[in-house]
Amino acid sequence: MSATFLGMPGNFPKNSARAVQNSQLRYNLRKATHTIRGKRASVVGELPDWQELRAAGKAIKDETLRHLDRYLLQLEAAVTAAGGHVHWARDAAEANRIVAGLVKATGEREVVKVKSMATQEIGLNEALAAEGITAYETDLAELIVQLGDDFPSHILVPAIHRNRAEIREIFLDRMADAPPGLTDEPAALAEAARVHLRERFLRSKVAVSGANFMIAETGTLVVLESEGNGRMCLTLPETLISVVGIEKVLPTWRDLEVFLQLLPRSSTGERMNPYTSTWTGSAEGQDFHLVLLDNGRTDVLADEVGRQALRCIRCSACLNVCPVYERAGGHAYGSVYPGPIGAILTPQLRGMGSELDASLPYASSLCGACYDVCPVAIDIPEVLVDLRAKAPHGAAERAGMRVAGWVLNDQARLAAAQRAASRLRGLVPRRLPGPLSAWTDTRDLPDIPEESFRDWWEREG
Amino acid sequence: MSRSAREDILARIRRAVDGAPEVDIPRRYRATAEVGDLVGLFAERVGDYRAIVHVVPEAEVPARIAEIVAGRRMVVPEGLPAGWTPPDTSGAGPADPYTADGVVTGCAVAIAETGTIVLDTGPGQGSRAQTLVPDYHLCVVRADQIVAGVPEAVSRLDPARPLTWISGPSATSDIELNRVEGVHGPRTLEVLIATA
Repeated sequence: MSATFLGMPGNFPKNSARAVQNSQLRYNLRKATHTIRGKRASVVGELPDWQELRAAGKAIKDETLRHLDRYLLQLEAAVTAAGGHVHWARDAAEANRIVAGLVKATGEREVVKVKSMATQEIGLNEALAAEGITAYETDLAELIVQLGDDFPSHILVPAIHRNRAEIREIFLDRMADAPPGLTDEPAALAEAARVHLRERFLRSKVAVSGANFMIAETGTLVVLESEGNGRMCLTLPETLISVVGIEKVLPTWRDLEVFLQLLPRSSTGERMNPYTSTWTGSAEGQDFHLVLLDNGRTDVLADEVGRQALRCIRCSACLNVCPVYERAGGHAYGSVYPGPIGAILTPQLRGMGSELDASLPYASSLCGACYDVCPVAIDIPEVLVDLRAKAPHGAAERAGMRVAGWVLNDQARLAAAQRAASRLRGLVPRRLPGPLSAWTDTRDLPDIPEESFRDWWEREG
Repeated sequence: MSRSAREDILARIRRAVDGAPEVDIPRRYRATAEVGDLVGLFAERVGDYRAIVHVVPEAEVPARIAEIVAGRRMVVPEGLPAGWTPPDTSGAGPADPYTADGVVTGCAVAIAETGTIVLDTGPGQGSRAQTLVPDYHLCVVRADQIVAGVPEAVSRLDPARPLTWISGPSATSDIELNRVEGVHGPRTLEVLIATA
């Protein structure tokens, strides 16, 4: 059973410094991110109205968030009218309690799961284990992560950090029914997973899922996937429990025409993902429960700058273009939400109380590539800068900034400081002393000119 | 517990968005796509997913189905047009999805631009389990069921019905991003496009 991300030690610089030493990881990440990046660019380029779709997607999400109370109530009424049951959870503990209670009520001790970020965020598998319930991940990558007692490192491709040889080892080691002659061919590995899970799908009475979208108007839930494990979980078991963040609602059925174009192209770089399932309430006689999850989302909603992060549709396009993610990998972010979106979502959902969470707003060079590819136009650099201002700063840094502000705010003081610097330029060492050496060890100190531009301008102009 | 979670969350939302500006939704994207040859584009795009595609005149569909599924035990969903029902070559009677070799269905709508087929469990489309469990899916798409783009499909579909949107066979790219067809859903998707 994989441990939970909550309370992970360290901070982003330390974690990423460790990660970049791992050449296999760097190779796997570079190959994967560059491949998806290229596919995304080509299918997005096919649509002449991409920017119009993006503008609509952004606005639909903003409208949803503006009247989230109304849309959630409408959704609740529609799901209930269609024979489903709706539960509300303020935080992770409450959501886990609700799900465990629902599973116990069925008398079952096992659940199958289709990949869901929300249930990872709340540590559902661990909470169920504590209640004597075993949760089986069925997405191939999640299975690899779960069997390897590992953490997911990418939103779309959680085992992106593992290569085929490592996956073969994990299967042979941890999967009781893995064929002894298993090769490391991707097709053979996928076949082993198919056989391993088949029996479980047919036997399971309870499934747990998330959802990509929920339609307020009709009470319909929507799940996009590739392998068919989602269809298995959503269709075959008698009881289906979906845990979904409150921000995943969309006002109308028609809104899907926008998001079913934005999400697959941004995410897997396909015109459409292999399978999308939609269902409304109790479909084909199934017992359906929807657990609506807050867990910090209303805090994010209260922040005028930061609330745009709630538009996120978890496509992971921002991860694939990020120069920092490409080198550091997903684990360095210490959260189920890695990459640029994680750097703004995690500190807002969890607060910046821990060293790790306070370091996340700095896990970026602010190059802006994430904003360019975001299908719902989240201005990630804007939120990062805003969070940096809100993050805790050391006493020395605050004092230094106060002095700098005092000098820079006054022309005469600035001129005096520049002249002093020019006179002392010969005394500046290549490597700064004490803690400042951390700066000069990785960067060249800029040369101080003999004369400031302002002085030169005054003399020559 | 004093207030319910529901009341708490709703109150927190109302506080959080109090005074936030109203939003206009610009819908300047294409409501309909201009596609000259719907059948041709659909066939090409389904083929891109490595599905098997045939384009045949409607009158020849029964013979083609019989030819394609000869020797396989097929699930025949309720309401499948009589002509599309393959002759029972196995002699074992109607197949259930857990032991059958495959399933033959119609569809609710198809999308040319994305190569997508949508099933809504209506007549001739089977239950969701019937089209999921067998390893092989033969789907007949009538040319008049093909629309150009996603918006036209969404407006034709009924959200009250459980829908399955299918774009090629089941696939995964989880191992080094190598696409492998066939994990849990049908490993082979064959599409017969019936033209008038």
